[in-house]
Amino acid sequence: MKQLTVKDRKKQAPYFYRFGKYVKKNWQLYLIFLMPAFLLTLIFKYLPMFGIIIAFEEYSPLQGYFGSQWIGLYNFKRLFSSTEFGRLFLNTLKLSGYNLIWSFFPPIILALLLNRISRAGLRRKAQLIVYLPYFISTIVLAGMIRLFFSSVGPINSILGTTIDFMSEPSWFRTLYIGSGIWQGAGWASIIYTATLSGVSQELIDAAKIDGATILQQIRHVELPALKPVIVIQFILSAGNIMSIGFEKVYAMQTDLNKVTSDIIPTYVYRLGLEMGDYGYSTAVGLFNSVINLILLIAVNMIVKKLNEGEGL
Amino acid sequence: MAATTMKVRQKKKIFTQDHVITVIGNLLLAIFLLLIIIPIIYILLCSIMDPATRSSVGVTFDISHWTLEGYERVFQDENIWRGFANSFFYSIAFTAISVVITMFAAYPMSREDFMGRKFFNAFFVFTMFFGGGLMPTYLLMDQLDLINTIWAILLPGAANVWNLILARSYYKTVPGELREAAAVDGASDMQYFFKVLMPVCKPILAVLCLYQFVAMWNSYFDAMIYLDKQDMQPLQLVIRAILVQNQINPNLIADMEKMAETAKLADLLKYSTIVISSVPLLLMYPFFSKYFEKGIMIGSVKG
Repeated sequence: MKQLTVKDRKKQAPYFYRFGKYVKKNWQLYLIFLMPAFLLTLIFKYLPMFGIIIAFEEYSPLQGYFGSQWIGLYNFKRLFSSTEFGRLFLNTLKLSGYNLIWSFFPPIILALLLNRISRAGLRRKAQLIVYLPYFISTIVLAGMIRLFFSSVGPINSILGTTIDFMSEPSWFRTLYIGSGIWQGAGWASIIYTATLSGVSQELIDAAKIDGATILQQIRHVELPALKPVIVIQFILSAGNIMSIGFEKVYAMQTDLNKVTSDIIPTYVYRLGLEMGDYGYSTAVGLFNSVINLILLIAVNMIVKKLNEGEGL
Repeated sequence: MAATTMKVRQKKKIFTQDHVITVIGNLLLAIFLLLIIIPIIYILLCSIMDPATRSSVGVTFDISHWTLEGYERVFQDENIWRGFANSFFYSIAFTAISVVITMFAAYPMSREDFMGRKFFNAFFVFTMFFGGGLMPTYLLMDQLDLINTIWAILLPGAANVWNLILARSYYKTVPGELREAAAVDGASDMQYFFKVLMPVCKPILAVLCLYQFVAMWNSYFDAMIYLDKQDMQPLQLVIRAILVQNQINPNLIADMEKMAETAKLADLLKYSTIVISSVPLLLMYPFFSKYFEKGIMIGSVKG
């Protein structure tokens, strides 16, 4: 081992010295301001990460994390060879993939449309209406869907049919994504509206004087202004494809539409909390988070390349 | 002469295209607005519509077919009242804890001179992209003896990283000279935070309060897995039984003799439940709406 020379020590000392001095002088920053959030994150976010160890064990609560039998990758082999795996994986990917494709653009279009309303009072009223559904809870939304799309509900009486939409696997994704746009497009448009309100009116006026049509104004003035926000939003949603929310899917799931509505998160829930298969459930969850992490990194890298080095 | 006609024609054409686009755009917007408003009005109407009329004639604006029976019956359900009380308590407590912790933590993170900033930043941000998952978290809560306590609901989501970033970005817009001036006057960090920083940070405070209140009010998953006791259940779990699981408190519909009548009444109760449970947030909504754009805009400055 190489001994540190006096010179090295002298080089290093100032940092620790400075750090110690800084902490002593600014102890409030560490002990009062940062400590609560740090401890909560450590306990409720990092401790469970160590619990992932049970994905590799035949976990039994009595024997604990260290006493349970080590079974290596058995749980993963079990997952990949199970008949359900392909369906679950595809269901998850399809639901969030289609969701991304269908839900990504409506907020942008909505923001462009709202931005074209020249009367401020009218625009404000329209905005209040489109943001409203965001405040409806998942349970209420699921309840509304169940009422509206029941076989005797209003949608069927308009169509003159008696389709039981909630029992039809083929309708699940459409209902999920459609209701998602209904509820979320307005709220998601805020970020674009706010960005557009930062575009100087002079730029648009200049374009108008030059005889630009509305489409040209959108293409050359408004879309370039929105581009950075669109990129960030896209990375965030594409990178989170595997972490599609559990709550809404679970609230919309019926015994009959499970063919399409069963996704990895609901499977993890069923395995772990209903069937008590802790280790296997954890393994499935871990598989999901790792895929998600890889996707996020991949999307970020691709966008960085396409977008001249600007990623997240 | 020919050239001028061309120009005029071109101008006319441009006008026409813009005109068409504007009409299509406004039409699209109008359709979207109607698609939002109509279901909401429909639910309101159904919640006061006599069930027999609704199933035979449909919804009408004819007041003689209206009834408050649905509301009367839902308000007799003590589970709903208790759910309301629990949800108010959870939402207010969670908002208070979470916003204080998050606004506190964001302060050192916003200071350029804060030593260890990079480490803490990585420490917090990493949890946005990776986590232990359902079972390890559940087992931890079990080992900490937090199951069936309010802390299982209030603590895990209290340190919200996304909100921390929002608050930090907002603090960065406050001129650094203010802090220097306060330091010269001998103010400690606590004094600066409460007396100088907070008064200029009301918009972000309002936005974070709104986010956390709405998030807690509308969530049901944590309560579903961590709380078994019925008297601790938040409103969303109570109405989940009615709206999703189709389990209506038998006391409320016991007087109905025929199955068909019971089913119609059950739907009426569902509509009333939807309205009642949505009222608190919809009342809060206009009050907070002026802060929406500001709050979200700050977040977009630096993700």
